[in-house]
Amino acid sequence: MANYNTNEFKGGLKIMLDGDPHTIVENEFVKPGKGQAFTRTKVRNLKTGRTVERTFKSGESVEGADVMDTEMQYLYSDGEMWHFMDPKSFEQLAADKTAIGDAYLWLIEEAMCEVTLFNGQPLAVSPPNFVEMKIKETDPGVRGDTATGGNKPAYMDTGAVVKVPLFIEEGEVIKIDTRSGEYVSRVKN
Amino acid sequence: MCLESKTSNIDTWRPGASLDVLEKIAALRDCIRSYMQEQDVLEVVTPALSQAASTDPNIHSFAAGGRYLHTSPEFPMKRLLCAYARDIYQIANVFRDGEVGRHHNAEFSLLEWYRVGMDHHALMNDVEALMQRIVEQFSIAWVQPQTIRYTDAVSRVCEKPFDEVTIQHIENVFRQHQRYYPAAIGNDLDAAMDLLMDEFVVSQFEPSKACFIVDYPASQAALARVSVDKDGYKIAERFELFWGPVELANGFHELVDAGEQRARFIAEQQTRNSRDQSSTPMDEHLLQALSHGLPDCAGVALGLDRLMLVLTGCDHIDQVQAFAGDRA
Repeated sequence: MANYNTNEFKGGLKIMLDGDPHTIVENEFVKPGKGQAFTRTKVRNLKTGRTVERTFKSGESVEGADVMDTEMQYLYSDGEMWHFMDPKSFEQLAADKTAIGDAYLWLIEEAMCEVTLFNGQPLAVSPPNFVEMKIKETDPGVRGDTATGGNKPAYMDTGAVVKVPLFIEEGEVIKIDTRSGEYVSRVKN
Repeated sequence: MCLESKTSNIDTWRPGASLDVLEKIAALRDCIRSYMQEQDVLEVVTPALSQAASTDPNIHSFAAGGRYLHTSPEFPMKRLLCAYARDIYQIANVFRDGEVGRHHNAEFSLLEWYRVGMDHHALMNDVEALMQRIVEQFSIAWVQPQTIRYTDAVSRVCEKPFDEVTIQHIENVFRQHQRYYPAAIGNDLDAAMDLLMDEFVVSQFEPSKACFIVDYPASQAALARVSVDKDGYKIAERFELFWGPVELANGFHELVDAGEQRARFIAEQQTRNSRDQSSTPMDEHLLQALSHGLPDCAGVALGLDRLMLVLTGCDHIDQVQAFAGDRA
């Protein structure tokens, strides 16, 4: 992997720090008129998701991280691993529990997901921003109640629990924003 | 990915500065010129392209056709002082390779001026008088800047005067505050001090207040005289002006000793060599002029783009230059 000098730093650059791949979230060039230049960064550890501050002396070089984002199709889970396929090469890769994180809540078979690969292996999985899911279980709907703004929990096959309006019925398909886990709308058949 | 497509969508032919800001830049220059005229400081123009360059290891010149773009007009202006012993000023665009950021652009505008017979304290009053004129013109609230000695700023953080502070003390301060300390600093004490000042002093300055830091460590003298202050510290007769955390100006009670100047140039070249930096030719014209005699004087350089940032409340240099960065 190539090395990057601090003057090549920019948001989104993937670098290796303390043995883990990180992405640069923010970077700022700091230099007194008569003195040493520094690059102050905020970096996010792609394994743990933690963001920390790191300051580099200008001119320092840092190893790049072999990290890339690819679109892959979710196939199935065997309970331990989640299996994805590259729709172009048909190559299959399996993501473990750490890489999947909370994404398993929103995985529907055949959904296209963004899979972050580190050295060719899944490091993180982002589900589509919006998914449509069928409600497995919820309290009976309150007919005509569209105005009171109350809500109730609805349970999905994946284990996700989404707060839905009171008028929604069991078995209905709803659209969910996976970033917030919030109900967006009812999907009419 | 998203970021990249965003930047490529920006119309880079368009100016970064609004028309309102361009009008303010013009007004600022008028204001400076009227102040200098009243003070009988003569406007001069010196070459931007020169055979010699700064040897400062922390300042990188652009080379062009066997010559160097100036990083400040300091050397030729001092030659004018040696020849004519008269107060002079210049508004010049200067160039520093590798300086890109929110408050940095490789090309930027400096106001540089020299007052014969003044020391750095007298020049600080002069800077304050000019700033007073400018803030009145721009109707901006301004509290008289307080002056902090470098050693007091350092000892507030390290609980030691600056000449006793070691790398180990500075590392400990970072650790105590749970801040990351870059190991790459190695044994470069001045670099560690720079980072300490930035993290624990300058970044804590109140945004609307201006402040002078004065009497730097002798190791950071650059082109200032070195002397011993009333407490016995060996100091550089140098000051900097900050507005909030933004560094605006750097001034010296100017070094007049040609031999000492040559020794500093050589030491800087040695540092450059030890860091595998390209060597730059020292300014023999300046050294000859100093041998002829530089009048006792103080000089200061003030960054006009940074000043516009604080006057307009903009937060990126791209907004106070017509075409900064990739627009140029």
